[in-house]
Amino acid sequence: MSVLEVNDLRVQMDTARGTAHIVNGLDYSVSPGETVAVVGESGSGKSVSVMALLGLLPGHARVTGTAEFDGKNLLAMSEPQLRTVRGNGIGMVFQDPMTSLNPVLTIGRQLTEGLLAHRSASSKKAARERAAELLADVGLPDPKAALDRYPHELSGGMRQRVVIAIALAGNPKLLIADEATTALDVTVQAQILELVAGLQSEHGTGVVWITHDLGVVAGIADRVLVMYGGRCIEDGSVDEVFENPAHPYTRGLLGSLPALHEADGEDLVAIGGTPPPPTDLPQGCVFWPRCPVRADARCETEQPPLVGIGGTHRAATFYPGVPA
Amino acid sequence: MTTVPNEGAVPNVKTTVRPRSNGFLDGLKLLLKSPPALFGAVVFVVVLVMAVFDDQLAPTGANEVDIQNRLLAPGAGHWFGTDDLGRDILSRVILGAKVSLQVGVVAVGFSLVVGTLVGLFAGYYGRWVDTVLMRLMDVLFAFPAMLLAIAVIAILGPGTTNAMIAIGITYTPVFARVTRSSVLSVRESVYVRASRSIGSSDLRLLFRHVLPNAAPPIIVQTSVSLAFAVLAEAALSFVGLGTQPPDPSWGRMLSEGREFIDLAWWIAVFPGLAIVLLVLAFNLLGDGLRDVLDPQQRSALQAGRRTWGRRRK
Repeated sequence: MSVLEVNDLRVQMDTARGTAHIVNGLDYSVSPGETVAVVGESGSGKSVSVMALLGLLPGHARVTGTAEFDGKNLLAMSEPQLRTVRGNGIGMVFQDPMTSLNPVLTIGRQLTEGLLAHRSASSKKAARERAAELLADVGLPDPKAALDRYPHELSGGMRQRVVIAIALAGNPKLLIADEATTALDVTVQAQILELVAGLQSEHGTGVVWITHDLGVVAGIADRVLVMYGGRCIEDGSVDEVFENPAHPYTRGLLGSLPALHEADGEDLVAIGGTPPPPTDLPQGCVFWPRCPVRADARCETEQPPLVGIGGTHRAATFYPGVPA
Repeated sequence: MTTVPNEGAVPNVKTTVRPRSNGFLDGLKLLLKSPPALFGAVVFVVVLVMAVFDDQLAPTGANEVDIQNRLLAPGAGHWFGTDDLGRDILSRVILGAKVSLQVGVVAVGFSLVVGTLVGLFAGYYGRWVDTVLMRLMDVLFAFPAMLLAIAVIAILGPGTTNAMIAIGITYTPVFARVTRSSVLSVRESVYVRASRSIGSSDLRLLFRHVLPNAAPPIIVQTSVSLAFAVLAEAALSFVGLGTQPPDPSWGRMLSEGREFIDLAWWIAVFPGLAIVLLVLAFNLLGDGLRDVLDPQQRSALQAGRRTWGRRRK
């Protein structure tokens, strides 16, 4: 049984420039202990698609589809029901640890907040003890003293550990990490990835890891989902997608990665053009205006469906694997 | 996990963490370390003492008329001189402290509480809550402040208490606007969303995350408004709607002294100086308070790096 099962998730928002179609029919599932990486450029709808699950989008966003968490549809829940899921069932880690902690409260108060809100700690004292344990779990030196410190007294890596501790405070079944290591330098990033992987195998937590760093994906994910223009254009196990990228966009992403072992002078391949604005998505395949393959007129009029191409590998293109 | 590590066996990492407590006393000590705030606090305490022990401190009563000694310049008998009826200015300044302080604290307290709540809810909830509350504030704002205060007093009747209510109502929209704009930026912070993502309720978000982070401009507005409130009371008393004669109030004394300014400067200057000092004290205290309440500034202060005055080389 999967922890999370998302079906036909769609998010639209009305803007001054017309209706923005930010997420357009997303399906995926996360099993216990599994890490699903969601990759894509900025503006591809990665963050919005997970914010929508927890009801964290602004009020004028229209969210449709279903998202079964623990057998209950998150998208049909009332605000008080959602509140019991947030932090308790699903924990979330945000991108920038510099801004995701409240600067005027001590680490301890922010950590105990969730524990007390969900009544998972009986008293302030018990909550503090649990908070110190959590900080020790995420590898913060001298956790008891850290409880009385303010966020600005910690380094970025330490802060992100605190944020992860807060997200894990309610023993969630699902952890959503929204670009959780993007703002950190690579050595700290490696520590955080290791930490999450360790905690995950210990508690059997399902993880949705949103990133645009393919190196991170290769390092931690079991499955990968490539998003473009609010759609999933390719998904599969990491091996399937990285070894046989089917969609021209995925191949473009992988081709734009610098590789250390390759010969000097090898040019990086950039994907021409920019992603389409969500208010003005192209007819047909969302990627066709930038697509190096673009074989015929069908690409410009017909939306290629996401179909299986062997194993668990699926791609939304008429020309899987065709070289440009 | 919860046991204290054995100091002997485990390398002691505690040494890097400086002990701290966040007690009220520590904050106060830190506040008074800054000379401007200390000055503000001293003046405030002096005025407070004057207001509380006015009868004991004043050399004469407020209305002991002594026509023979009218318009006496400051000197040995009357340190601050006497007015046109021979009343001792020093005594009237001391006796007037109570009114000024009361007006400042009560009127601004009223607008601070009401205005901040209005701005907090309007800014946080947005949409129709914002529209209804802020349009209501706009209506209050649309009247010239003095006219609104006069209208309120016309309904309630003249007097010091009603002047305080009138001034409080007049300044409410100012606080609502300042709070709202500050809340608008704070509510978009990631930490607010992060706290929602762990299941915090709206009230918790509002009072633990949004309000404390939106506070600095409100604190500054408070100290500025305290100053304006003292002046507004003076203005209302001047047109006969505030403190009623013959009771002394700094504002009234200032306007009464106006008539004799070329004959006897001391009638207007001493209550004027008192107003200036009190207003300055409020402002310095407000600034100091804002620094101490911000944890980042606070650690800078604790580390001895001053944010005012001379810079470290």
